Amino acid sequence: MFKKDTITASPKQKLKSSIQRSLRASLLTTFPLLTPHIDEVLPKKSSLEQMKLPDRVSLYVIDGQPIFYNQDNGVPVPHLRLVHRFPQAFPTIRIDRGAIRFVLSGATLMAPGLTSAGGRLPIPTVREGEPVAEGVPNEGVDGEGHWSRELEKGEPVVVMAEGKEEACAVGLLVAGTKEVKDKGKGPVIEEAHFLGDGLWRLNVD
Amino acid sequence: MAEPAHVGRHVIYCGVCTLPPEYCEYGGTVKKCQEWLEKQHPSMYERIWSPAATASLSLEAKDRAAKDAKKKAAKAEAAEQKNADRLANSVVTIKRIERNKRKYVTSVSGLEAFGLELKKVAKDFGKKFATGSSVTKTPSGGEEIVVQGDVSDEIEEFLLEKYKEIPEDNIELVEDKKKKGSAA
Repeated sequence: MFKKDTITASPKQKLKSSIQRSLRASLLTTFPLLTPHIDEVLPKKSSLEQMKLPDRVSLYVIDGQPIFYNQDNGVPVPHLRLVHRFPQAFPTIRIDRGAIRFVLSGATLMAPGLTSAGGRLPIPTVREGEPVAEGVPNEGVDGEGHWSRELEKGEPVVVMAEGKEEACAVGLLVAGTKEVKDKGKGPVIEEAHFLGDGLWRLNVD
Repeated sequence: MAEPAHVGRHVIYCGVCTLPPEYCEYGGTVKKCQEWLEKQHPSMYERIWSPAATASLSLEAKDRAAKDAKKKAAKAEAAEQKNADRLANSVVTIKRIERNKRKYVTSVSGLEAFGLELKKVAKDFGKKFATGSSVTKTPSGGEEIVVQGDVSDEIEEFLLEKYKEIPEDNIELVEDKKKKGSAA
């Protein structure tokens, strides 16, 4: 989606506070794990700005920091810089080392990159310990990098990489993680936002 | 990031390719990235590029990575070269157009090749010369700045002073007389 090196954006527009509230709500329903950090991500006082990008994508920016984007006002997907700031707040999968270079050049993420030894798909487990806060699902990564819940088709997911600490891409699943495990082939994430793509390089000032 | 420091992590990004340093190897400018990181964050450089860290890769993978990197670097270099060439060849044309007897407008085209934002430059022209100044589309599909009044010499001076990246030789002044008969 953002494979082009430079994408042109419309100038920033300030959003109404009512729209800001609804966006905040939709962000929280999509990422309940973000609840403890929401005041840091979207401070109540500061005003959210919207930038319109090609393909009917809107990018939301606060204080010159890109926060998230969505297409056709659909599911919000976090910008990678936000993912880097709050890595524990987003469901993740992990790709093996061999897949990194393809993902970073904008290829569709395919199942073998996840099912191989270096990849990590969720393993549903009941997590021990006290839940962090009320209304926050008790899920997260285990020591190996497996998420504790199967992810559904259409969910936004962060792609980590084998041997790396930071996330390398985010995107919407086109196949649920269970299906990926069963089939072991085919596309998993199409049109991701990856490190070094047009959105990453976009100047938001 | 000027928010109160708590949970949010602060991630260092490479100053050359803007990626997190551990991904520099995929950026195509590995050499430069390495140099930058070594200077700015030696501890991080040690962690990512030290022989111990890279030894975990299998030989074959390393080979492939090296080949890949070489290809990418060559590509990046070629792109840079191309860019420089383009810059050297592009010309800014300042054109004086007769609008009416003794009334002129000045059109400036070719600025976009130097990475300038036409809208902003147009505003600057307007402020500087206290005249109307706007960005208009040309029939050939491009865009140019049209400034009211004959200010061609001043514009040349102004451009040279304000935007140092434009070499003097690349600015061209043209005087355009209105064709006979088309005057109203």
